[in-house]
Amino acid sequence: MRSFLKTKTAIVLALSVTAGTASADGHGGVEVLHWWTSGGEAAALNVLKEDLEGQGIGWTDMPVAGGGGEQAMTVLRARVTAGNAPTAVQGLGFDIIDWAEQGALANLNDVAAAENWDAVIPAALQRFAKVNGEWVSAPVNVHSTNWVWANKSVLDANGIAVPETWDDFVAAMSTLKAAGITPIAHGGQAWQEATVFDGVAMSVLGPDGYKAAFIDLDESVLGGDGMKEAFDRMALIRENVDDNFSGRDWNLATSMVINGEAGFQMMGDWAKGEFLNAGKVPGEDFLCFRFPGTSEQVTFNADQFMMFDQGGAVSDQQAALATAILSPSFQSAFNVVKGSVPARTDVSDEAFDACGKKGMADLAAAASSGNLFGSMAHGHANPASVKNAIYDVVTAHFNGEYDSATAVEELVDAVSIAQ
Amino acid sequence: MAMSANADFKTRLQTWLPKLVLSPSLAMVLVFVYGFILFSVYLSFTDSRLLPSFGWVGWENYSKLWRLSHWEISLKNMGVFALLYIGICTVLGLSLAIFLDQKIRAEGLIRTIYLYPMALSFIVTGTAWKWFLDPGIGLENVMQSWGWVNFEFDWIKNRDFAIYTVVLAAVWQTSGFVMAMFLAGLRGIDNEILKAAQMDGASNWNLYRRIIIPQLRPAFLSAFVILSHLAIKTFDLVIALTGGGPGRATELPATFMYSYTFSRNQMGIGAASATIMLMTIAAIMIPYLYAELREKK
Amino acid sequence: MSVASQDTAIRTGRVTRTLIYLVLLLFALFYLLPLYVMVVNSVKPLSEITGGGMMNLPEVFTLEPWAKAWSSAQIGVEPTGLAPYFWNSIKMVVPAVAISTVLGALNGYVLTKWRFKYDTIVFGLILFACFIPFQIVLIPMAKMLGIMGIAGTTWGLVLVHVVYGIGFTTLYFRNYYAVFPTELIRAAQIDGAGFFQIFWRILLPSSGPIAVVSIIWQFTNIWNDFLFGASFAGADSQPMTVALNNLVQASHGVKEYNVHFAGAILAALPTLLVYIVAGRYFVRGLMAGSVKG
Repeated sequence: MRSFLKTKTAIVLALSVTAGTASADGHGGVEVLHWWTSGGEAAALNVLKEDLEGQGIGWTDMPVAGGGGEQAMTVLRARVTAGNAPTAVQGLGFDIIDWAEQGALANLNDVAAAENWDAVIPAALQRFAKVNGEWVSAPVNVHSTNWVWANKSVLDANGIAVPETWDDFVAAMSTLKAAGITPIAHGGQAWQEATVFDGVAMSVLGPDGYKAAFIDLDESVLGGDGMKEAFDRMALIRENVDDNFSGRDWNLATSMVINGEAGFQMMGDWAKGEFLNAGKVPGEDFLCFRFPGTSEQVTFNADQFMMFDQGGAVSDQQAALATAILSPSFQSAFNVVKGSVPARTDVSDEAFDACGKKGMADLAAAASSGNLFGSMAHGHANPASVKNAIYDVVTAHFNGEYDSATAVEELVDAVSIAQ
Repeated sequence: MAMSANADFKTRLQTWLPKLVLSPSLAMVLVFVYGFILFSVYLSFTDSRLLPSFGWVGWENYSKLWRLSHWEISLKNMGVFALLYIGICTVLGLSLAIFLDQKIRAEGLIRTIYLYPMALSFIVTGTAWKWFLDPGIGLENVMQSWGWVNFEFDWIKNRDFAIYTVVLAAVWQTSGFVMAMFLAGLRGIDNEILKAAQMDGASNWNLYRRIIIPQLRPAFLSAFVILSHLAIKTFDLVIALTGGGPGRATELPATFMYSYTFSRNQMGIGAASATIMLMTIAAIMIPYLYAELREKK
Repeated sequence: MSVASQDTAIRTGRVTRTLIYLVLLLFALFYLLPLYVMVVNSVKPLSEITGGGMMNLPEVFTLEPWAKAWSSAQIGVEPTGLAPYFWNSIKMVVPAVAISTVLGALNGYVLTKWRFKYDTIVFGLILFACFIPFQIVLIPMAKMLGIMGIAGTTWGLVLVHVVYGIGFTTLYFRNYYAVFPTELIRAAQIDGAGFFQIFWRILLPSSGPIAVVSIIWQFTNIWNDFLFGASFAGADSQPMTVALNNLVQASHGVKEYNVHFAGAILAALPTLLVYIVAGRYFVRGLMAGSVKG
């Protein structure tokens, strides 16, 4: 009995002590929830940490990897529900808008005004950082998803030029197949199939159709002939991947291109890091180009840091963090490592390689010509529920569960249930 | 007088003490289990998306749920998975226990080898099996490089067979534990009865069928509780092994529920699926618990 | 413990015995295979793994992946390795296992030796708690932890694990104490021993085997938990599984599979050790009570 009582008192004591320290935590610095735990990303983020520490602001690291941030979003929900939100949280697209509409985010308008964010950040991106006239998050980068990566020596050896149109691409695939090379390196995970679908749908439907289908969720376009054509093209791509694609991580698919086992991969610009890590040079060993038929469009997704309202307690630190994130030097340093391009369009492209320079030029051009669209596959075209409903149909079709006609019907149905 | 009052207090304390000792546990269970279940059932009738919200929508979430082919797949998978997993684990665990009970040399070592998978987390198990089953780098590749060129084992990449690889990995993980439970049961059986039956000329097969296995009933029941609890909660394993794929072929209710509640911001539908799952569990477990607990009176 | 060494009276012929040994050996291979894959790949340089041949023995033996996983792998912004998280796990697991086992023992004691009206219903309620899917408790649990002021702390995690563990510990101890002779309790009562005295002097000394079962079960479950650890831990209390996940799930850059495997084994070592050391008591404990009606 005595020992039982002792444990009980010990718990009560410990509880009160830890509760005290927990609430004191957070005032001296920022707590950052993120999912950048791989070597390069973490090193880049460390630049930010050191910058803040130079200003006397502590950094409490809260890394939770997995599922492209899904795991971190679950943790975030638990933290907010417990009344214990981190000061800054890595976030994507509609998640940011959702949190802003819950009233959970801090207002960064003062920083934004001082740093002139309105002028230097593309409007399409502002849509996900500025909600109801309030800046609520600091964009770190812009990824674009309609890239194709190719092994140059494989293409050269088979006499293939960079395909400009879908027909070129089909011809290139059959040439490679005949030569015994896997035409498309692909990893069979729902989001990767959706990433391919981003480019395919953009090239079939054009920018207006893409916007109508994925941003406005127009049922006539979602269920239209263009969409069926897009699914037919996905089926053709399916025939040009190897038998073993299912469940493969995207970076293993990239290795197939690097090693010359496969010709092309449709993947976002983060794939570049894999080529660079393997000691490959853009333009010489590998090529980066837009998915055939989408050379003027950019489908993007952007990593940002949402600032959670702490009852005003740490707003100075949040402002300092936001300023540091948007500083041209960090934007350049981080994005050179990450493969993406800076979120502000006035950063010098000097430090970037050929693909990075092209990405920055494409982004600026697309932003000014109205060709910059949020990526459906990466949660920048529609909310998570709709995005995943589209994933379900795209992945089921890619895995042979639906034919194209059924897929179109299912797509309309799934999107309507998800809204 | 004072003494008797004191003694009176002591007696009363003694009668209340057992209930007092039990009450923290009961209180915790009432709040953290049944309270939360009620909360979740309530959420299933609301328009909750990102976070709980309390706009009443009636049966809407349920009707949406049953329109999702995805949900049907996960229920079907659960049926296949639970049946095979519980069935194979029980048969395998019992067989291995019987074999191991034959005065085997190095029994302790073998038992440890059979038991250790239970010590690993499903994340570790899933990752190891994912490698092993991958046709490109795993078993198929190895067998082919050893000369069996026609050897094929691509279940994990095959929509119709992937669920069986989940069964395989799950059986690998827990069958040793079930074996230990049966072994413990076998060791508790009275040898005198067996000897008497042997005198009567009963064959080994009949001994097991008629005398030994019927006596293992409590072990069967414990195994059933443990296995069904693990089957219902199978989540990490699927995430690590197949991620629910190929396509959505290995989705289970637990992954479905998680995905709708947390990845898809449709907490209402997630709660509706949780409610249905809980009702199914209750429909199976309550009669069992009732029968089991009544008997002991 | 005399029961433990009791062998079956079944007699088998030579052919049957050979077959039995063969089957047992085959299954031993089946159970060892994934462990073999993990161990063998954790002591190879990365180039040997990516070059194929994951079943091969290492050509170059190296312990570097182990050192890296433990002390210098990238978990978050800083390359800390798994080491600091290991201690976080220990700080969470030890009290959670101890408290849930003590509560389970007391509950089992009350439910079998101090029967009262509706006690089976109370037991049924506690037991059914084992079946609640963890996904549905995340949000309300977060709310409760927030209200109690222990969100993001080790003690919050301890509470969560105790709550969802007492169903099992109560089940184990109840079944064990059910076959314990009640006459001994009555005799002690007549001698004037109180509630806790009886528990302390009579039941506890013979609870060793079932305590081992309860501790092993709880230790394994809590140590291996990821969902609660990720959701309810703070920055300075994240357990080992969360760190392992950060190591293995890092989405960009070269995947160092050898480091991943070394990390996975490191994360599993404490539970493996518990099984190997306490394994023999485990079967004994199961035997002594938990599988008996």
